[in-house]
Amino acid sequence: MANEISDKTIEYAAALAKLELSGEEKEQAKKDMGRMLDYIDQLNELDTSQVEPLCHLFPVRNVFREDVVVNGDESEKLLKNAPEQKDNMFAVPRTFD
Amino acid sequence: MDSLTYTATGLGKAIKEGRLTAVQALEAVFARIEESEELYHCYVTLEREKAFERAAAVQKKIEAGELTGPLAGVPFAIKDNICTEGIPTTCSSKILQNFVPVFDAEAILKLKQAGAVIIGKTNMDEFAMGSTTETSYFGVTKNPSNPAHVPGGSSGGSAAAVAAGECFAALGSDTGGSIRQPASYCGVVGMKPTYGTVSRYGLIAYGSSLDQIGPLTKDVTDCAAVLETISSHDPKDSTSMERGDTDFSAALLEDVQGMRIGIPRDYFGEGLDPQVKAAVLKAAKVLEKKGALLEEFDLSLVEYAIPAYYTIAAAEASSNLERFDGVKYGYRADAEELHAMYKKTRSEGFGPEVKRRILLGSFVLSSGYYDAYYLKALRVKALIKKAFDAAFAKYDLILGPTAPATAPKLGESLADPIKMYLGDIYTIAVNLAGLPGISVPCGKDDKGLPIGLQLIGDCFQEKTLIRAAYTYEQTAKQEGN
Repeated sequence: MANEISDKTIEYAAALAKLELSGEEKEQAKKDMGRMLDYIDQLNELDTSQVEPLCHLFPVRNVFREDVVVNGDESEKLLKNAPEQKDNMFAVPRTFD
Repeated sequence: MDSLTYTATGLGKAIKEGRLTAVQALEAVFARIEESEELYHCYVTLEREKAFERAAAVQKKIEAGELTGPLAGVPFAIKDNICTEGIPTTCSSKILQNFVPVFDAEAILKLKQAGAVIIGKTNMDEFAMGSTTETSYFGVTKNPSNPAHVPGGSSGGSAAAVAAGECFAALGSDTGGSIRQPASYCGVVGMKPTYGTVSRYGLIAYGSSLDQIGPLTKDVTDCAAVLETISSHDPKDSTSMERGDTDFSAALLEDVQGMRIGIPRDYFGEGLDPQVKAAVLKAAKVLEKKGALLEEFDLSLVEYAIPAYYTIAAAEASSNLERFDGVKYGYRADAEELHAMYKKTRSEGFGPEVKRRILLGSFVLSSGYYDAYYLKALRVKALIKKAFDAAFAKYDLILGPTAPATAPKLGESLADPIKMYLGDIYTIAVNLAGLPGISVPCGKDDKGLPIGLQLIGDCFQEKTLIRAAYTYEQTAKQEGN
């Protein structure tokens, strides 16, 4: 018990989650995650060595459909929510110099 | 009679019989909203003009005999994580505050086809993460039974709107209890159907393996009618099930003769408020008097459902919420470079509870921790499913409380997340196992706050739940409880 979350771990999680944490947020996040992991560690009281992970509740099968276009060109509609657009495309800040 | 006292199906019938029009019903709802919305704050968005246009059009179709269903002309409120074409859908988050969907969720299409009139979008915990509706970016919703208390969550706005008469019925979503718990706190009926019964197409995802849309209504009859309307097999949701038994209103029978009801001892132990316990056991006695066979049993593993749930839900949330990056919709922060824009947008756009869960989710899915946390939780989920399977080999349904206590006061829950999570102890396992569950009002505590009775069924056994819930509701009504 008592998970101590290091700066490195929380920075790693934040990088994966694409979040920027302020100094204060980082300290709080370390505490919160430590507490949650302490709590989650209760699961180790259960022997699951003979149990398969259950991903899908019902028998899994692939759901296929014919590859046919059923809708028209909706680009104009879809771009309505874009924070920025250019030439009928989503515009973003530069990706590299 | 005051038209607001109608149930949804009662109103539908009255409109069909020409006793009032869909427009008059809507006028009554908006008059109530004007009186009480400032206090309760059930809605994030109200669409008054659109609703009146729609009500007038629906009324014409009803008169022309084109719309004949039980919900034609009935004003509905929709949780703000269900996409509605042309109406903002924010998930009560800053990051989606300007998002206007260009399509309807499948459940919304079904409601519209039935002639329902959508009046607005209801407040919720941000991205459905929370149990009190206090994590909303747009402020708290108050419980109509006592405005010093929370309405529950995450579908708190929907539950409060039904309880306050600010709509006749509502849709919510339930990932770990988010329909049933606020229904319990607000004194309305709320149902989470079997996973795969209602299409998730257009429901903004939180935990995809757990999420289901369901009704919040004034009574069990309305619940059956709404569920029947929104259930469908939808090729656009690959987890949608093909089931031919969605005529749920057919199960509105006052008959539990010989029904085997299991009462898990582990749902009545430490942590349960004595008044909630007494009310729920009294409700069980009502069903017993009507011929149900009650038996206590040990469900087991109850305390492990919460940690397993928070691992799985956080993992799925971290993946699902990756799409909010400021490119295609929603909030975008100013930044010189793309990667910095992603980070700044998400850091400024998400609230603390959402960040807490996506950080945890990213961690439990990361290499080195995936097996220890995420896969472990999925193994425990298998054990929990097995425990329910064993119970349903012996019982037709499981009966217990919806929540361990009545609605807490505003501001008491957020300081201690784990304590807040414990409030979901009786609802969460139902989502892990994909089962249907319903919360039905079964009395009030000495502060006048509603108490909810939860009935849990085996997969696809909604009709058994509806039959038992209806029997309880009708009998309690006759007995004047």
